[in-house]
Amino acid sequence: MKRSVFPNRWLPYALVAPQIVITLLFFFWPAFDSLRLSLYRASPFGDRLIYVGLGNFRRLFQDDAYLRSMTTSFVFSAVVTLVGLALALLLASLANAKIRGLTVYRSLLLWPYGIAPAIAGIIWLFVFHPSYGILPWLLSFVTAYRFNWFLEGWVAMMLLIVAAIWKQFGYNLAFYLAGLQAIETAVLEAASVDGAGPIRRFFAITFPLLSPVTFFLFTLNMTFSFFDTFGLVHAVTQGGPGDATSILVYRAWKDGFEGLQLGYSAAQSVVLMALVIVLTAVQFRFAEKKVTY
Amino acid sequence: MARTLAQPATLAAAHARPRKRDWHALTAHAILLASVALLAFPLYYAFVISTQTLSEVTTIPPKPWPSTAIIANYAEAWQRAHMARMLLNSAIVALGVALGKIVISMLSAFAIVYFDFRGKHVVFWMIFITLMLPVPVRIVSTYQVVSVLGWVNTYWGLTVPLMASATGTFLFRQFFRTIPDSLAEAAQLDGAGPMRFLWTILLPLSKANIAALFVILFVYGWNDYLWPLMITNTPDMRTAVIGIETLVPRTSQLPEWNVAMAAAMMVLLPPVAVIVAMQRWFVKGLIETEK
Repeated sequence: MKRSVFPNRWLPYALVAPQIVITLLFFFWPAFDSLRLSLYRASPFGDRLIYVGLGNFRRLFQDDAYLRSMTTSFVFSAVVTLVGLALALLLASLANAKIRGLTVYRSLLLWPYGIAPAIAGIIWLFVFHPSYGILPWLLSFVTAYRFNWFLEGWVAMMLLIVAAIWKQFGYNLAFYLAGLQAIETAVLEAASVDGAGPIRRFFAITFPLLSPVTFFLFTLNMTFSFFDTFGLVHAVTQGGPGDATSILVYRAWKDGFEGLQLGYSAAQSVVLMALVIVLTAVQFRFAEKKVTY
Repeated sequence: MARTLAQPATLAAAHARPRKRDWHALTAHAILLASVALLAFPLYYAFVISTQTLSEVTTIPPKPWPSTAIIANYAEAWQRAHMARMLLNSAIVALGVALGKIVISMLSAFAIVYFDFRGKHVVFWMIFITLMLPVPVRIVSTYQVVSVLGWVNTYWGLTVPLMASATGTFLFRQFFRTIPDSLAEAAQLDGAGPMRFLWTILLPLSKANIAALFVILFVYGWNDYLWPLMITNTPDMRTAVIGIETLVPRTSQLPEWNVAMAAAMMVLLPPVAVIVAMQRWFVKGLIETEK
């Protein structure tokens, strides 16, 4: 702790004022208002609010469409995170050698971070386009199945997953490469002398030593795929076909802004809030334990 | 002495397995080059499409090389989507959010580290809790607050509510704590007040942190989707990322993907250029802000 060096009664309050005003106005007030609103329902004419207690939540967990969104969101985030990380780790381990030009590779890997999820989605939308896209055309040599995201929910889902993984991939790979370069080669050589093969060495030494990197990337990719992919869904599939790609954030937005069901949307916000709090708690729990060394 | 003795031994060791090392390095280069190419392909393909005519775009098999319609497509996209206005809006939002967040979080970190005041812990926890309240968890209510203020469809509404930053505050707090106390004491002996100290000493020392935060926040502001979608309701206030959706051909429309891709290229260029140009700070920012 620093010694407080500037004796001044009012200045510190003036300095934190902008931050606190914005925090109160745009974070705390809306958050409490979501909690309050989640207990109400708009009257048929939309002119007043009717208190319904926990009615919105009861409705939420009996609503098949909402439960489907829950599954969709978790499957989407899990696949984007796990497949994305596994692929990055695999390639990083294969490419781990003391070579020149690693900073050049890093530059060539990191730029997709700058592309908005929505824009990434629009690019992949065309790559996947059933009539003109290069991917269905290439696949037509292998199978007669028509990959059409207009009609098939799972193809639309694949499209979103591929776009999301693509956007995150270079970043994941760059972090794993840096993590692997930091591992002492002496440790691995010692294990090699002891007769451990490359796969054994990977699981017994490399993977545990990389766990801080994995944990960091895992939280980052989970948050990204759960919350920041709203633009991807909105610009590319609009939740469809049907509601095959309606992730939770998209549904909360749609019910609130298009369906004008304010209470119902607020209840969904409250559920999301609970999820964020759990995720953050888990993150701090693990971060404190430093995962493993 | 020991060093000169040790050297021939390591040299010998390095020479003992030269072939294995070469092979290792070669595989590494091959895999990394393949990854880079795979990553770049969709962008290359999008660029190629943005240079082709409508008939080339809709030909099967697809033509994977650039063509001649580049100027026509970019001009068409520029006109049709009011690109100049949208890019201006995006620039205002990205710069406003980035600079606003940097100033606001630097001031509050300065207060937290260099002053003792009642309620300091409350302030700290309030800032911390904002981490758990991203826009998606308060969609409808935040919109209502903005509309009470009369800020819907204004630049104020697009930027100010995003300016609170826990990550920025923590980053500066962390950094200020590493600055030796003697600097502040010396400043006091010279009769400099706290704001003078902040301006002439802390600010220049924080340059690298500011640059790192700037890259991350600029990209975030430029690419943000949900907030501008909620807050704006006329085409002239749309940011580029949400505005170009109108150019994406839907089923019943002419498949002008060349125009859509031209627009996409224009929208993605600024944030990608900032990352490439400020590479070093970008990497620093990635690591520091996610700690």
